[in-house]
Amino acid sequence: MSTMTVDKAGPTRTVKYGSMSRDRAWALRWSYFFLTLFAIFSLVPPLYMLITSLKGSAEISAATNPWWVFHPTLENYAGLLTSNQFLRFFFNSAMVSIIVVIITMLISIPAAFALSRMKFWGSATLATGVFLTYLIPDSLLFIPLFKMFALIGDVTGIQLINRWYVLLFIYPTLTVPFCTWIMIGYFASIPKELDEAAIIDGASWLQTLTRIFIPVALPGLIAATIFAFTVSWAQFLYPLVFTTSADQLVLPVGIVTTLIKGDVFNWGQIMTGALLGAAPPLIIYAFLMDYYIAGLTAGATKG
Amino acid sequence: MVDAAIGEDTVARPRRAATRRGLRHALKRKSTVAFLLTLPLILLITLLVVYPAAYSVHLATLNKSMQRFVGFGNFEFLFKRDTFWLVVKQSCIFAITAVVFKALIGFIVAHFVHNIPAKGQRKWRGMLLVPWVIPPAMSTLAWLWLFDPSYSAFNYTLAFFGIGPIPWTGDAAWARFSVILVNVWYGAPFFMIMYLAALKSVPEQLYEAAAIDGANWWQRIWFVTLPMMRNIIAITTLFSLIVTFANFDIVRILTAGGPLDKTHIFATWAFRVGIEGSDIPLGASVSLFMVPILAVAAIFILRDVSKRGNES
Repeated sequence: MSTMTVDKAGPTRTVKYGSMSRDRAWALRWSYFFLTLFAIFSLVPPLYMLITSLKGSAEISAATNPWWVFHPTLENYAGLLTSNQFLRFFFNSAMVSIIVVIITMLISIPAAFALSRMKFWGSATLATGVFLTYLIPDSLLFIPLFKMFALIGDVTGIQLINRWYVLLFIYPTLTVPFCTWIMIGYFASIPKELDEAAIIDGASWLQTLTRIFIPVALPGLIAATIFAFTVSWAQFLYPLVFTTSADQLVLPVGIVTTLIKGDVFNWGQIMTGALLGAAPPLIIYAFLMDYYIAGLTAGATKG
Repeated sequence: MVDAAIGEDTVARPRRAATRRGLRHALKRKSTVAFLLTLPLILLITLLVVYPAAYSVHLATLNKSMQRFVGFGNFEFLFKRDTFWLVVKQSCIFAITAVVFKALIGFIVAHFVHNIPAKGQRKWRGMLLVPWVIPPAMSTLAWLWLFDPSYSAFNYTLAFFGIGPIPWTGDAAWARFSVILVNVWYGAPFFMIMYLAALKSVPEQLYEAAAIDGANWWQRIWFVTLPMMRNIIAITTLFSLIVTFANFDIVRILTAGGPLDKTHIFATWAFRVGIEGSDIPLGASVSLFMVPILAVAAIFILRDVSKRGNES
């Protein structure tokens, strides 16, 4: 529709301009064409999860057209949502993610406040250090961390390996540096007059933080929260290393290790589990897309 | 007005000494408060990032049972193994190819999204970012099922075009291709979003000026868009290089390093050796080999970030 309107507007002016507008219309058509191709490429795996999750096991092994559901059934969903094991995974994932979000916020908001407003000895170095920490990947630290927590268990007798709550110690290493970093960016963009006014009115530093900074930087806070939640929810390597018993697993690891039994793949259930595992981040994304994108771009553009 | 000002001044004067003492006190308090506020962060970074990193170096110098110091023994052992060199080669191929394609596709798609009328952009952007939102472990399972040898949806579709069954994860070359494909699928949206943000910040006047000077479309991209986006392109690519180089989920779930270790990269091999093979020192040595390339990328990113910090 919009291509047509562009076309019509063109020829009323000079001929030269009309050809430019025709180019533009063609560029627009090509854009839509390629965007459709890329959108298909992007959406095929999630859609295929949905298609397979609606199939019964008989239909999957019959190898009919994989792109269509001939006998839609909810047996996979019913099977998983009544399985105590699967609900346990979901519960573990939710607990870990929510508590990690809280821990992350409790650590990174005060730190970001101090680093952006209270210049103190070493504050610049610490800010750089926070950013560097964000660049350290999980695959570099999982072996020493595993050994460390195993040693803690040996020395103190507090067994942390193979308990879901060990992840509460580990995940903040992934979420805190990034959240602190983007909160520094958001806090730094708040005008200094605002907190100066608060200090003059007799507010303490903590009051300045809770009464001024947190309300004003709320969009950044939401972006950081979303980031912390999705990272914790999606983490795969750490839970794979640290937890092994079925009742301690989080969702991604649980689906991969328990639904795949030897060479037997129950694809209907695996895809249903994967879709349910992908649902919380997708739902958050659907409702808070702008915050999600703000957080995504802030990491590299703020600084 | 004047009276009031003078009045205030006279009231303030006797208090000045007291304020100075109070100020010093406040300064002292400010640094204590700042220290207390950053203490959890410092503890977290020291205990759970810096210490493990150093501990990893220590671990790498021990023998398998972790009782004897062997110096560079683990590294010497690795250098003699063909599998190690295979992993080095594959990690580099994997990371570089994936990042190049992610950057290219992201760049192209960002242009297409930028091209269409502004009110439709949100919808397209929303759809195109979905791969980045789904936890990679979950979406890789969907890819594994799409690649399935006997019930593969891809092979079923390709059969219509007379293309024979492709061993997506069974053959070394195809398995490498599949792993890179999934990684590109997962990572390209990130580039798209970053580039789109950068494209929006290029002033429209530059394009108008270029159009008046008779620049065609690739000249506009080469002489206007690329120079304006140089920073974002560099930083996004380096970011992605780190993440891709350290990738674990996709390779682990899709091929688990197989067939015959032909798709292992540093992270998956370190896991195989260190956790599954319970040779923790050797695993630690393997993952330490990621450090040089990560360090180089990190230095460049840091330089760029601090440079822009100084500009603003």
